Amino acid sequence: MKTLACSLTVLLGALGASVSMAADEPSPQAVKLYDTYCVQCHGVNRDGNGINSATMAVKPRDHTDSKAMGDTPDDLLFKAIKSGGLSVSKSVLMPTWGGVLTDDEIRLLVQYLRFVSKTQSTTNQ
Amino acid sequence: MKRTRAQFVTILAAVLVPALTHAGKGEEILQSQCSSCHALSKPEDTSLDRLLNRKGPDLYYAGVKFNKEWLVRWLQAPTRIRPAGVMYRKVVKAGPAGSADVVDESLLPSHMKLSAEDAAAAAEALAALGADSPLVTKGAFKGGAPNVMMASLLFNKLRGCSSCHAAKPGEPPHSGPELYTAGDRLKPDFVAEYIRDPQKFDPHIWMPKLELNDGDIQKLTGYLMTLKQEGGK
Ligand code: HEC
Ligand code: HEC
Ligand code: HEC
Repeated sequence: MKTLACSLTVLLGALGASVSMAADEPSPQAVKLYDTYCVQCHGVNRDGNGINSATMAVKPRDHTDSKAMGDTPDDLLFKAIKSGGLSVSKSVLMPTWGGVLTDDEIRLLVQYLRFVSKTQSTTNQ
Repeated sequence: MKRTRAQFVTILAAVLVPALTHAGKGEEILQSQCSSCHALSKPEDTSLDRLLNRKGPDLYYAGVKFNKEWLVRWLQAPTRIRPAGVMYRKVVKAGPAGSADVVDESLLPSHMKLSAEDAAAAAEALAALGADSPLVTKGAFKGGAPNVMMASLLFNKLRGCSSCHAAKPGEPPHSGPELYTAGDRLKPDFVAEYIRDPQKFDPHIWMPKLELNDGDIQKLTGYLMTLKQEGGK
């Protein structure tokens, strides 16, 4: 029973990941990753008000800001997460996550950010 | 004949038993009072879920991490090291609109206290845990007095450590352990190794592996070793 439930979750997770956006439900795996690694700065409400933000010189990005997030293409979001703020000419206070997260996990997070900001996937032209 | 043997056994027992119990007492305390919350041997499960659900930090490499003198003191009078608990996400909640998240203090229990005798025994046993752990290489910290001004600039601004760690008491809570007692608490080789690669210790820990060169690591370690609260200097 447990195994069945497990494989269903995995199956659903895989399906969720292949639907590129406009998902009504975020991937539970992405939520878990965001809650573990990102909430400390970007906040419980994903609006840049994490517990750490109180003393930070640069405010973490508000991921619910549709305007700013909509203007940032997927590959830039990916790069910012993997290689840190400096790699996209932003603050060093956005850390490099490439040593902890796999590329697949980062892609899942980029997709999740589209959900949180209610924006569409965009690519650099 | 019978009597002498009995006597001999008694003498043997009198010599051996105290020695055994002395060495074993700390281990006994760890097993019976601490293992429900702390991993005392390397966990087989290295998943993120294990890390999210653990009740206390891992102690299986305590021997290469902590100064024994600090352990003896702290176990008798524990202070808070992680202002937002062992997994911050379970303890923080949204603050007033537009301001930083806050810690729900009611979710942070106080640590158990040990008597002076038990603390000494437990510290002894902890100092032996993973004392030969390959996680920490002897000499990882090359020593030498740091340029404190330059190193604190690295810590606070250039490398962004202060986002997650307090370097002095009284700061608002951060997601990571306080480091203003780092010099009392931690061994320098551990600090250097941890900063270089936190995921070597916990593959899924939420301290990022930052882009640091060996110079940064040495300066930051030297700086952290100057941060002390107890007995000054
Ligand atoms: C130590 C605090 C900290 C953590 C932890 C953190 N961030 Fe950030 N992040 C920042 C800051 C500060 C900025 C704003 C940088 C700027 O505006 O210069 C930022 C900006 C961003 C941006 C915008 C980049 C751009 O191009 O504008 C994205 C996307 C982002 N973070 C995603 C994440 C994700 C995903 C995680 C978790 C894996 C995460 N962050 C964890 C501090 C943090
Ligand atoms: C109910 C769970 C629980 C029990 C039982 C417990 N601890 Fe802890 N321990 C914790 C938590 C949670 C922390 C983290 C405290 C903090 O960071 O402020 C901690 C921290 C520690 C630390 C510091 C670890 C570090 O990495 O900073 C040591 C050492 C320690 N405990 C030793 C012990 C010993 C020895 C015992 C048994 C005598 C014990 N603990 C029993 C939950 C527990
Ligand atoms: C995004 C948050 C974050 C950033 C940025 C960060 N750390 Fe950490 N740090 C953590 C967390 C989380 C832990 C481990 C907590 C645990 O084991 O419970 C940690 C652990 C440590 C430890 C071990 C302390 C102990 O008591 O176990 C040291 C030393 C340390 N960090 C130094 C640094 C330095 C130096 C920097 C900057 C180069 C830095 N950290 C940047 C979050 C962070």
